[in-house]
Amino acid sequence: MITEIGHFTLILAFVVAVAQSGLGFVGAAKHHNGVITSSAMAAITQFILLIGAFSILMRAYIVSDFSVINVFANSHTAKPLLYKIAGVWGNHEGSMLLWVVILGLFGAAVAVFGKSLPSPLKSRVIAIHGALGALFLVFILIASNPFLRQSPAPENGQDLNPLLQDPGLAFHPPLLYLGYVGLSTTFAFALAALIDGKVDAAWARWVRPWTLAAWICLTAGIALGSWWAYYELGWGGFWFWDPVENASLMPWLAATALLHSAIVAEKRDALKGWTVLLALLAFSFSLLGTFLVRSGVLTSVHAFATDPTRGIFILGILLIVIGGAFGFYAVRAPSLRGGGLFAPISREGALVLNNLLISVLALTVLVGTLYPLFIDALSAAKISVGPPYFLSVTLPLAAPLIILMGLGPLMPWKRADLAGVAGRLKFAGLVTVAVALGLGLFMRLPLLPILGFVFATWLASAVVTDLIQRSHRPGHGVGATLLKAMTLPRATWGMALAHGGLAICLAGISGAGLQTEILTRLAPGQEFLLDGRRLVFDGVTSVAGPNYTAQRGQFRWIDSAGKIKGLLTPEKRQYPVAKTATTEAAIRSDALGDTYVVLGEPDSTGAWSIRAYRNPLAPWIWGGALIMAAGGLLSLSDRRWRIGAPRKVPTLAPAKTG
Amino acid sequence: MIALGGATGLILAAFQDNVTYFYGPSDLRAQTKTVGTRLIRLGGLVTPGSVHYDASGTIQFTVGDGKAEIPVLYRGILPDLFREGQGIIAEGRITDDGVFTAATILAKHDETYMPPEVAGALKRAGTWRGESHDKSMRPKQ
Repeated sequence: MITEIGHFTLILAFVVAVAQSGLGFVGAAKHHNGVITSSAMAAITQFILLIGAFSILMRAYIVSDFSVINVFANSHTAKPLLYKIAGVWGNHEGSMLLWVVILGLFGAAVAVFGKSLPSPLKSRVIAIHGALGALFLVFILIASNPFLRQSPAPENGQDLNPLLQDPGLAFHPPLLYLGYVGLSTTFAFALAALIDGKVDAAWARWVRPWTLAAWICLTAGIALGSWWAYYELGWGGFWFWDPVENASLMPWLAATALLHSAIVAEKRDALKGWTVLLALLAFSFSLLGTFLVRSGVLTSVHAFATDPTRGIFILGILLIVIGGAFGFYAVRAPSLRGGGLFAPISREGALVLNNLLISVLALTVLVGTLYPLFIDALSAAKISVGPPYFLSVTLPLAAPLIILMGLGPLMPWKRADLAGVAGRLKFAGLVTVAVALGLGLFMRLPLLPILGFVFATWLASAVVTDLIQRSHRPGHGVGATLLKAMTLPRATWGMALAHGGLAICLAGISGAGLQTEILTRLAPGQEFLLDGRRLVFDGVTSVAGPNYTAQRGQFRWIDSAGKIKGLLTPEKRQYPVAKTATTEAAIRSDALGDTYVVLGEPDSTGAWSIRAYRNPLAPWIWGGALIMAAGGLLSLSDRRWRIGAPRKVPTLAPAKTG
Repeated sequence: MIALGGATGLILAAFQDNVTYFYGPSDLRAQTKTVGTRLIRLGGLVTPGSVHYDASGTIQFTVGDGKAEIPVLYRGILPDLFREGQGIIAEGRITDDGVFTAATILAKHDETYMPPEVAGALKRAGTWRGESHDKSMRPKQ
């Protein structure tokens, strides 16, 4: 009965979404405040209904109601509660429901928090949200209904794919979806501005916090997914340039470019058409990503069994939304010109170049991801495009981008003096050269990691230089400078953290180039050396988990004094219900890297195959990404987004925020 | 425009060297000579009873599509879902004596999933048994 209420609630949500869309458009066109308010109320109602439907599905998972096919196919009574809950979105139907719940969340958020927006713009944004919600609700109700029942109810379920029974993956989809779907607000703002025919500095200022919020979630979501792949797949790698991973990278790149171009639109009233285009593009990439992940048209290491009819349905939505938006853009964009020319050597010049490089980067990822599809359609050949392609196209684009990231923030608006900027970055340059020489001459590292570390050093020291330049006044000591640094706007610190986080992440990625891999066979009692670390294999014991049994190996990490530095216990788990095995790598992290051990299979003599890695600086990859997300959060908390709020500190020096 | 031109050049150059072609066992048997020592992907079903471990840690098995079988050598730890009768993709190179040396073995996260290339290879070889390859592998309760 409750399940039917869930289904009915979804139908209601669809009706409300249609009303929300219609009322919003009509209200904006007629400037009728009553109609506009009712559209905003509809957005809030739709969100409440969706939360209701989602809670009902979650209840079915928690109480293990196997009369619901979706619960039967993805849950089991023996499964821990966390994974019963995570199971709600660990499958196609549930994850699409989560998608629209988050879409509803952002629509309602605009209705509640968009008080300072001009009412026609706000109304159109809400209307576009309603239309998007209605499209996806049709899809869910027709092709992807999570509330379908079966009778009689089976006694137990088929369990969730064990690879998904992991804390990292329990939270990865909601975060990633908050980012993916959060870009819908940016999209709605862009489309509403096109309908309005008005894109100005104020519009750019309004759209930024929404983009930033989505970007923060996307950054954290991608990092969490990559971390999961790193420890759960047991391959010792963190990024495979897989279609599903690329699908999340493309909206991230577009959102990153958008964050930067919106600054130019806000400060210089330029790049307006381009900013609108990026806003449309970012959400289009999100939809494309959803299509690629959910349709299974591409071979992916992350692919799950999929249903092609759903793929076609999502493709239809994709064509309507993207085609409609870009068609509208083509008609309206010529009227968006403005701002005029500006000097190439200036803050805005650097931001334009940044946008160009990031967009081309997104384009190369897009081409590489879709190329196998085109080749498949044009000829019989099946091909795959792997890491070598992506590395050889992204590195030459990333290198100038990172050099620019060091220079740009130190350039003033309108007209900068390159010699002056270079002079201020003298110290950062010196540090970078010293690191390059040190790594090349003394540590004799391979070329690619050296380059990575050199670029990371450059970026990090340029970020520090920038912070010092903004805080230091001639004649002031260290204490006074630090005090001043504390009063810098949060947006400035946010930028510094985001850029600095990228430097740390880059250093971590470069560390992967120094990976040591050992593949060996060991009998209990034998030991091996991993990059100078002595690891003794004690043997394998059988252990039982809540819904699995496992063989657990034990390795003692012994230091030079003969003391135990740590125990590593990799497992091979068998999940009897899902009839699947998983490999649980054992990972010991320290500041300088990870020690990573995977248990293989035994042979007839009782020896086990063992694969072990030393991954230098691996934790820096996710640490850096988290710092980037934290920088975004800090920037989002800056008072200047709340228009009308008085500034706390009157700025004495010319403001260089951004 | 310069950036776009540069990017196009980059992309084309990268595709030239870095695209990996996919072959089913029959295709590969027929074209071993033309493939040469390029990095390729081989996909098919692991022949039941063909998996052997030798003392040095090398794993041998054959990958077939019902018409042809290709012996594969692999040093490393097999993915969790690697098992006899299951569809896999191996990435590596073929040697003159027709043995495929794999650098990577890909099986899937989900055992109900059949890699589309493998399904295609089985269809071309005429040994595709339709949905029974994937859907029926899920235990029914």
